[in-house]
Amino acid sequence: MRLCENRAFELSEMLRRKQCSAGEICEDVLNKIKETDSKIGAYVTVTEELARKNAAAVDSALASGEELHPLAGIPIAVKDNISTKGIKTTCCSKMLENYIPPFNAAVTEKICAAGMTIVGKTNMDEFAMGSSTEKSFFHPTRNPNNTDYVPGGSSGGSAAAAAADSTILGLGSDTGGSVRQPAAYCGVVGLKPTYGSVSRYGLVAFASSFDQIGPIGKCVRDTAMLLSLICGHDKRDSTSVKRNHPDYAAALSDDIKGLRIGIPSEYFGDNVEDSVRMCVINAVKEYEKKGAVIKEISIPSAEYVVSAYYIISSAEASSNLSRFDGVKYGFRAGEYGGISDMTAKTRGEGFGEEVKRRILLGTFVLSSGYYEAYYSRAKKIQNLICRDFSDALEDVDVIVSPASPVPAYKIGEYIDQPTKMYRNDIFTVTANITGLPAVSVPCGTDRNGLPVGLQLMGGRFCEQTVLNAAYACEKIIGGKYEEI
Amino acid sequence: MKKYETVIGLEVHAELNTRSKIYCSCKNAFGDEPNTNVCPVCMGMPGTLPVLNEKVVEYAVRMGHALNCKINCNSRMARKNYFYPDLPKAFQITQADMPLCEDGWLEFFSDGELKKTGIERIHIEEDAGKLIHHAQAGDSLIDYNRCGVPLIEIVTRPDLRSSAEAKSFLEMIRSVLLYLGISDCKMQEGSVRCDVNVSVREEGSDTLGTRCEMKNVNSFSGAVRAIEYESARQIKLLSSGGAVAQETRRWDDAKGMSHVMRSKEDAQDYRYCTEPDIPPVKIDRQWAENLKSTIPELPCEKIKRYTSLLGLPETEAGLIAGEPERAALFDETYDIGDCTPKNIANMILGNIMKYVNDTGTCIAEIKISAEKLSDIINRMENGIISNLSGRKVLDEIMKNGGSVDEIIKEKGLAQNSDPEYIENIVKNIILENQKSVNDYKRGKKNAEGYLVGQCIKVSGGKANPGMVAEAVKKMLKEI
Repeated sequence: MRLCENRAFELSEMLRRKQCSAGEICEDVLNKIKETDSKIGAYVTVTEELARKNAAAVDSALASGEELHPLAGIPIAVKDNISTKGIKTTCCSKMLENYIPPFNAAVTEKICAAGMTIVGKTNMDEFAMGSSTEKSFFHPTRNPNNTDYVPGGSSGGSAAAAAADSTILGLGSDTGGSVRQPAAYCGVVGLKPTYGSVSRYGLVAFASSFDQIGPIGKCVRDTAMLLSLICGHDKRDSTSVKRNHPDYAAALSDDIKGLRIGIPSEYFGDNVEDSVRMCVINAVKEYEKKGAVIKEISIPSAEYVVSAYYIISSAEASSNLSRFDGVKYGFRAGEYGGISDMTAKTRGEGFGEEVKRRILLGTFVLSSGYYEAYYSRAKKIQNLICRDFSDALEDVDVIVSPASPVPAYKIGEYIDQPTKMYRNDIFTVTANITGLPAVSVPCGTDRNGLPVGLQLMGGRFCEQTVLNAAYACEKIIGGKYEEI
Repeated sequence: MKKYETVIGLEVHAELNTRSKIYCSCKNAFGDEPNTNVCPVCMGMPGTLPVLNEKVVEYAVRMGHALNCKINCNSRMARKNYFYPDLPKAFQITQADMPLCEDGWLEFFSDGELKKTGIERIHIEEDAGKLIHHAQAGDSLIDYNRCGVPLIEIVTRPDLRSSAEAKSFLEMIRSVLLYLGISDCKMQEGSVRCDVNVSVREEGSDTLGTRCEMKNVNSFSGAVRAIEYESARQIKLLSSGGAVAQETRRWDDAKGMSHVMRSKEDAQDYRYCTEPDIPPVKIDRQWAENLKSTIPELPCEKIKRYTSLLGLPETEAGLIAGEPERAALFDETYDIGDCTPKNIANMILGNIMKYVNDTGTCIAEIKISAEKLSDIINRMENGIISNLSGRKVLDEIMKNGGSVDEIIKEKGLAQNSDPEYIENIVKNIILENQKSVNDYKRGKKNAEGYLVGQCIKVSGGKANPGMVAEAVKKMLKEI
């Protein structure tokens, strides 16, 4: 087995036992990138020199007997909307094609402080707006399970790299499902933490009240290790919460006896593809066999979640993306008249179609005359959705659903049907609207052999509960990365 | 001819002098090299987030107390979205539907009368950068030092009725800001700015006319000119059968006129929304209450006290109370209890202010203390020195310091107030100036003054002039 095919917790152990060096791990991952990425397209920037330098530093520290973080020397791929000082952070947009941030994001500081080896910045839908990574300004990413298919999005690059072993761990961002859904499509694990758990400082904002950075790993244990590393209060992010986060990996347990699992009655209608439904129902049956208690619950506001999400997230995005005006940094149009013309042309030429679509939508719903009918109403619906979930979570510990109603689809299939693509977010957006934690874990494959993800959502700061449920699923159903 | 009434509302922006900016820890300072007090946050770089400076909230609450406002213990930050090069994020983080302070009032004196204006709200927000236009080169440069400097915006109710009232109000706001020590109020540095809203209506009407907003008013006297121009413009329009259009106009002080910036149709839609990156601003009620004790006696209260209890005329009371340093010196000197308020006021508004203006300093920097000032005036009032000599001593101390009595001694300024000495001089002068005495008896009043002058002269300026005048008067009557 190649080094790059191992999981993070295994490599961590091997490093401690001196069965390999950080340099060897780094080299093997870099080689795997060279072997696979021309086909997969997971990366925008590969940081070879930086990676080797870090690996060497880790080896040196290990040799002198220093006590290092368990993830030291483990390669990680960082989504290209997370600021890395001195390294291009493009958000896969023409607007920031050559933008180099003068500072590190809080999570970048944490992974560097732990001695992790950043191997590169990964591909994404432009400004995180999309569910297939086809909207990247550079190139689409392909699903390693079948390269004719999308890897999901918007963190498609990080998920594909983890699935292709061209990274060990990945960081993505999740505003409407952008960590969980690509994890589901690629057959890896992806988690969106409770809003406020991970500092957003340095994450290029899409929808400020929904965005969270989340870990992507080949297995639940890996994902849990990375989650513990990136969580924590940051005084530079006023929405980050002061809280002690536990060692999620150490506390992992697959004992789910008595775990109350909720199945929303509204979730298994015609919109869910047959093979997806079968995988999820099968997983639930297995849970029951292991002693979980299955309950049917109701989320009456379910039919409104997608609309509410797109109105609120687009509104916030339209404001957050206004700063890209060609004045201070990033792309500026080549020819223009006065200042307004410069701004208009810069934004017209610099943004892709999907981004412009969302900005127009967001501007519209915030504009006077329409604010009450759309934005204000969507905020009220948000309150209803939150209430429905908090009511449900009084009776159950975890709410189950497919991560996506459809499995991965062929590249180009939804290219002209944006709102159809939006509706596929129905199960994931609820976690962002409510701020609750949710994880996607593989639970089988569809008729084409493509992975299907099971989403588990829990109460605020109940990451351990959802991780344990995911861990149990992983053990029961097995698959590529089951722990032996 | 219909009679019209002018209705004015003001929006005053004052920069707060906190050490750091409102949403980041950059230095809050005027006049530094361009783009040296900046960071990724105030430059609006992607991925940055604002963090609210608590000191700004504290300063705003204190202003709220000073303006008798209700303090909202729950308020919210909001985004005001528009594109302009001096606004890096393309939105200003301000407050919209839930401001920090509301429903207050401010009393002030205008033309000797006590007035009261309602304060609709006070809220906090960030300042934008500064654009420097190069006419010749045809380009514009941006200095982001000012981005994120904290502002309070004070919005009045439309209670002002004349340009004079507006000016008095603005001067009172400026004084209050100085008293609280929260802004240095230098209009020439842009640390206090004012937008003016003007409408007119027929006298006796209680509905408001259409108002126009005037921007680019850069001084208090500019505000007066802008209000008078706008009022006249609107009255002319209405008198000739036209209607006032709701517009935002730009005041050009050099040309003495305004022109349209934006009509109602072009009015900016700022798409206000709650700021998601800053949680609701929650203030502890007790903390807010406790800040009341940091509010000193404010200028209007001082004016009332000076006029009613200390007998100062309103104009002088206003001038003393208008600047905290002057009022502090006045109060301290008065509290010593050795001299009269009128003389203290005269000295401060006369020699002291002249010296301060001539040397370009301020009262805090000059060497006069309340004790010394009190001593000087006390000596004057007891006849030990003349008023003229008193001013000489004051000037000497301000310039070179020193002790009051020593200077009087060194310069030989002590006057002679011995009644016998005075009587002798007067007797002799009267004897020597029979012609003047006769003139006086024939009704020439200035003969008396001449005789007094001669007495002073012959005494070499040492005779107590007040006593001399009295003695001359007495003796002339007895003749």
